[in-house]
Amino acid sequence: MTAVIGYGPVGGEPGEPRIDMKTWIGDWVLPSPIMTASGCSASGKELDPFFDLTRIGAVVTKSVMLAPRSGRATPRMAETPSGMLNSIGLQGPGIEAFVEKDLPWLRERGVRAVVSIAGGSVEEYGKLAQVLRYCEEISAVEVNISCPNVADRGQVFACDAKLAAEVVSNVRRIIPSEIPVIAKLSPDVTDIVGIAYAVVKAGATGLSLINTTLGMVVDTETLRPALAGVTGGLSGPAIRPIAVRCVWQVHEAMPDIPIIGIGGIGSGLDALQFILAGASAVQVGTMTFNDPSSPQRVHTELARALAERGFGRFTDAIGYAHRPHDEPLSEFVADAWAEDDRAGEGSDPARPLSSGAAG
Amino acid sequence: MPVQVRGEVLGVRRAGQYHVLTLTAPGIPELARPGHFVGISVGGEGTGMILRRSFSIHKVADRGPYGGTLDIAFAVHGRGTAWMAGLDRHDSVDIVGPLGRPFALPREPVSCVLVAGGYGSAPLFMLAEQLRERGCRVDFVLGASTEDKLFGVLDAKRMASTLTVTTEDGSLGEKGRVTDVLPEIIERLGSSVVYACGPMSMLAAVADTAAAHGAYSQCAVEEAMACGIGVCMTCVLPVIGDDGVTRMLRSCIDGPVFRGDRVRWADVGTVPADTWGAPAGGHR
Ligand SMILES: Cc1cc2nc3c(=O)[nH]c(=O)nc-3n(C[C@H](O)[C@H](O)[C@H](O)COP(=O)(O)OP(=O)(O)OC[C@H]3O[C@@H](n4cnc5c(N)ncnc54)[C@H](O)[C@@H]3O)c2cc1C
Ligand SMILES: Cc1cc2nc3c(=O)[nH]c(=O)nc-3n(C[C@H](O)[C@H](O)[C@H](O)COP(=O)(O)O)c2cc1C
Ligand code: FES
Repeated sequence: MTAVIGYGPVGGEPGEPRIDMKTWIGDWVLPSPIMTASGCSASGKELDPFFDLTRIGAVVTKSVMLAPRSGRATPRMAETPSGMLNSIGLQGPGIEAFVEKDLPWLRERGVRAVVSIAGGSVEEYGKLAQVLRYCEEISAVEVNISCPNVADRGQVFACDAKLAAEVVSNVRRIIPSEIPVIAKLSPDVTDIVGIAYAVVKAGATGLSLINTTLGMVVDTETLRPALAGVTGGLSGPAIRPIAVRCVWQVHEAMPDIPIIGIGGIGSGLDALQFILAGASAVQVGTMTFNDPSSPQRVHTELARALAERGFGRFTDAIGYAHRPHDEPLSEFVADAWAEDDRAGEGSDPARPLSSGAAG
Repeated sequence: MPVQVRGEVLGVRRAGQYHVLTLTAPGIPELARPGHFVGISVGGEGTGMILRRSFSIHKVADRGPYGGTLDIAFAVHGRGTAWMAGLDRHDSVDIVGPLGRPFALPREPVSCVLVAGGYGSAPLFMLAEQLRERGCRVDFVLGASTEDKLFGVLDAKRMASTLTVTTEDGSLGEKGRVTDVLPEIIERLGSSVVYACGPMSMLAAVADTAAAHGAYSQCAVEEAMACGIGVCMTCVLPVIGDDGVTRMLRSCIDGPVFRGDRVRWADVGTVPADTWGAPAGGHR
């Protein structure tokens, strides 16, 4: 078993294995694979009372547009089984106020910041990138392309490979090459791999999978849609299997492209599913509403879960579920389960990593 | 600064139509001020109810062996509150608080009217105590549709100089609404401040009445909240700022207490066209 001296609360305790939790998105090295998700952590400050934001990989800020936005009318949310619908309408201060007021706080605190941008046209994304290219200490840019294109009858960029690629190449052209540009994709497409290919070809360093999926709730008291915006984005554990599937498919098609897994993650084992399916990092979104300290907790639980499975390095687990059926467990994983056996705990070494019932 | 703690249930008791839950919540009672609220996880391990429920802090106490405790008073509304009503002594509950912006207290010992609809009175008793400590006169107006939906009538009677009760069906006190009796009370007592908590429609009417009679008002609103801590932007309403500009403010962090004359009550649920950042024509 590889013993690696690493970052993180796990390993601090005597007797616990140290796990190297470092990961990479392109050339960007993160000390932890856990990030917050855009729109679920505002601009970071609000989560400061609950955990040390510098201990996780990064804070992803709420998607910001060029101009200030009021967002949509209320009600903006409805709870659903193991999830929620939201229809916020990208309320925000606009890029200038964001850069002036919100970014400095993150910088002063030493929090790694991924800035999420959203636009209504290819040009708007370009203008946002123009502002950001001069901002120091942005760790990465996440391009939220789940927005309607004003010029094309509201066609969502993320649902059209050509449009999505145009947005990404426009941003990539402007953002300095050492800063990763991450394209965030929508699951509401027939072929997510096709869209992923297009944005990677357009220069995306990595992919964030997934944004919310469109849903709707009808209020049986008022006999009307529950949300003022009628439809909304579904998030939370309810969409986790969809998200894991998207990560799996895209990793299988492009194993070398860093993927950030997102969708209903609230525990270390939830995160581990995404990692094994091919994600190099994960974001914790809706479950932060349930437990404001969950990003930090997910980091700790993930480190422990990896150690229990014999992984010395986080990166060894990325895509591990894709190994061929006839390939035995890596020596370190088999050793870890064998140790468990000797301790009289786990019985079937392959069980925790088997693919489960087919069909 | 809010904290996230595990509290222990010390008891759940019935109070008319309502339940009063008493909890230990290490660190929260000490920080709580009138108008603050807490976010409570509901449903227990493995639940599908992923959002916290928000409740005004009703009372805090320093109970020797338990450290500080807090009470919340709640109505069973849906599945989350039904689960809470079934909590037993020693059950453990995850609590975040104190949240939000509390009521502003007057510097001078002025005359104050506290107005509540239904369980809206829950946060007002702590407020009444603190106002009294500052030498303020406190008068209560409690209203509800019917007698058993009133909360805290006895406490109000004990704490206030006068208590006026209104019910829409006339089952207790005067038949009608709080705003039917409020103008006369403000005028007679020369009240400077009206504090209010209750349904939006009541708050709108109270804020208007206060303004019409020269009183300043502080209203605690209740908007559906997904996070309660300011990260999600679900809980917004149109509020006029010091600069005269309307913005969609988060009621969990900029509220739940707002100046009554600053909330655009008639436009709650919409984005008025002149709101900062509104699309041309606003949003309905
Ligand atoms: C700041 C604040 C203070 C509150 N104080 C109290 C109090 O002291 N006593 C009390 O009885 N109730 C109070 N409420 C209302 C209370 O939060 C709701 O009754 C409760 O969330 C309903 O949950 P449920 O699961 O029973 O209902 P469901 O209808 O099943 O809840 C579904 C979802 O809608 C939300 N929701 C439903 N009704 C409301 C509502 N009226 N306000 C906000 N969110 C709602 C829930 O939080 C949940 O996310 C307060 C609300 C806020 C925002
Ligand atoms: C209230 C809310 C607001 C969101 N706002 C944004 C946003 O501004 N930009 C974005 O790219 N994704 C946004 N998302 C999507 C999340 O970042 C995430 O992709 C999605 O919710 C799935 O992850 P989860 O289940 O962990 O929340 C939002 C989600 C929620 C619940
Ligand atoms: S409830 Fe999330 S911002 Fe107010």
